[in-house]
Amino acid sequence: MSSIVIEATDIVSAFGNTVIHDHVSCTVYQNEIYALLGGSGSGKSTLMREMILLQPFHSGTMKVLGHDFNTITPLQTQELRRQWGVLFQSGALYSSLTVGENIAILYREYTDLSPRLIDELVNLKINLVGLPQHARYLYPNELSGGMIKRAALARALALDPKLLFLDEPTSGLDPLSSRQFDALIAKLRDLLGLTVVMVTHDLDTIHHIVDRFVLLGEKKVVAEGRLDEVLQIDHPIIDYFFQKGSHGIKG
Amino acid sequence: MQSAHPATLTITADSPNGITLLTCRGSWTLPYLSGVESLISNIPLHANAQIDMSELDDLDSSGAALLHLIVELYHHNGFTTTIHHFSTKHERLYSLLYSSYPPKQPAPSSLGRLYLLGYHTYNSIRGIKDFLTYLGESCMWLLYTLLHPSKIRYHSIVSHIYTTGAQALPIIAISAFLIGVVVAYQSIVQLQKFGADIFIVDTIGISLSRELAPLITAIVVAGRSGSAFTAQIGAMKMTQEIDAMKTMGFEPFTFLVWPRVFALMIVIPLLIFFADIIGIFGGMIIAQAHSNLSFTEFLNRLQGALAIKHYIIGIVKGPFFAFLIAIVSTYRGFQVSSNTESIGLYTTKSVVNAIFLVIACDALFSILLTKLKL
Repeated sequence: MSSIVIEATDIVSAFGNTVIHDHVSCTVYQNEIYALLGGSGSGKSTLMREMILLQPFHSGTMKVLGHDFNTITPLQTQELRRQWGVLFQSGALYSSLTVGENIAILYREYTDLSPRLIDELVNLKINLVGLPQHARYLYPNELSGGMIKRAALARALALDPKLLFLDEPTSGLDPLSSRQFDALIAKLRDLLGLTVVMVTHDLDTIHHIVDRFVLLGEKKVVAEGRLDEVLQIDHPIIDYFFQKGSHGIKG
Repeated sequence: MQSAHPATLTITADSPNGITLLTCRGSWTLPYLSGVESLISNIPLHANAQIDMSELDDLDSSGAALLHLIVELYHHNGFTTTIHHFSTKHERLYSLLYSSYPPKQPAPSSLGRLYLLGYHTYNSIRGIKDFLTYLGESCMWLLYTLLHPSKIRYHSIVSHIYTTGAQALPIIAISAFLIGVVVAYQSIVQLQKFGADIFIVDTIGISLSRELAPLITAIVVAGRSGSAFTAQIGAMKMTQEIDAMKTMGFEPFTFLVWPRVFALMIVIPLLIFFADIIGIFGGMIIAQAHSNLSFTEFLNRLQGALAIKHYIIGIVKGPFFAFLIAIVSTYRGFQVSSNTESIGLYTTKSVVNAIFLVIACDALFSILLTKLKL
């Protein structure tokens, strides 16, 4: 087995008196595409927000890229945040900046590279995610849904992270665009040696590109592993989620 | 993380076979690139180059971009480059990144001054036209609502009266009180020189009720409620609530615009009346403190000095100011587009426009009333 990138152990989280996670554990290995699955309100997005330090958890340990979140210092936090890229569900591109500037701002803030090289890097990232060259001069409100996702992905990849978080990457895309986006993520994983963690509902995505996943339900981990392994298990939530027996994924 | 050597680039010009030898060493990844990048300008561009990658530890897409920049530099000047000892992994990354690389597109050229002049002129003319269209459309819906009184949103009007009126009382009280104090202080010094202390009553009474109280009330309401109207409607526009309303046949003008206009037209005259009282009270306190004019004397004098017309003129201005503030701020709210920046932009515009229109309207009143000898 390759090395561990994210290790969550016995995570307990709650909003007020509502428990979201009751001793949830999961492990993400290097270079795999890992999905956080579950029905609406199962806490998969919360788990991801906890992994990217946007939300604290109540108890348990979370280790990402070797940093334990219970003992991490603010300076280490800043350093760690530069080692991952996050693609938000709605893109979250800065609306006052063009696509090119959205990417370039990271280089301007965190490197002392010349404008010429930054320009070249922006071009490379835009080309890498399959956007047309003229897109770099457009503002986010001039882009279509699929282009916003790609532009946000280019921004997430700006600092050459080894770890990429995707929040519902194919939501709001048509089926063809969704499959193209899946293919892009798989290609980038191979090309750049990324580890990808995603929250998704898309059964096709799970079927085609996800290596391993964790299925959350009733505040706990229902199952963790590869799709064929999990489909062997007989559990109502698994049957429901994968629509076994009807038109869903067959075992 | 494993410790990495910073990226370096050694340039050996004029090697035996006449070519430039570039040796890349260390980790060509984003955090370690800045040292190498400054060396690019030192690369001599008078011979073909051979790039040696045998001592390269690591390469990421940023390092590949820098390498590409060097290669392009040579090609641009008519020389060739060859890359030697590229490890399979790095070669694969480099070639995949640059296999289908379209030529760079230049940024759209910036526009000429003449173009910008025309562009802005056209936009301001169109802005006026849009506003007039908005005004016309809202009047059409006003007519419709007046013909169908059951469509008037009484509940909404009342709730706007509460938020724009009752909740604004403290800030109106403080502003009016301070204006009264300031006017009293400024005039009492001058009047004492002539021994005409008693005329402080006329000064405060007339200036506040006729001009200052309406103006200060309108400005506070424009800043407080006008900006809120723009932000509320703008946020509804961004979240597509307005579109949802339209599809259900809830006309935004009857649901959003006119309740706000009516509420302000009711509220502002009342607030002006309130500001009159508090402002004159502020002046009264200063008059007593500074020239021993008792409250009784002050009020006695006020009844003779302050003709009812001054008070009425002040109150009558209220609905006009209210209409301008409410129409402009709702109009700006509907202009908000889908990006987050525009909500701030149009809220600012709404307050600036509303205050300007209020002052312009007040000036118009002054001219008109002087001509009418009122």
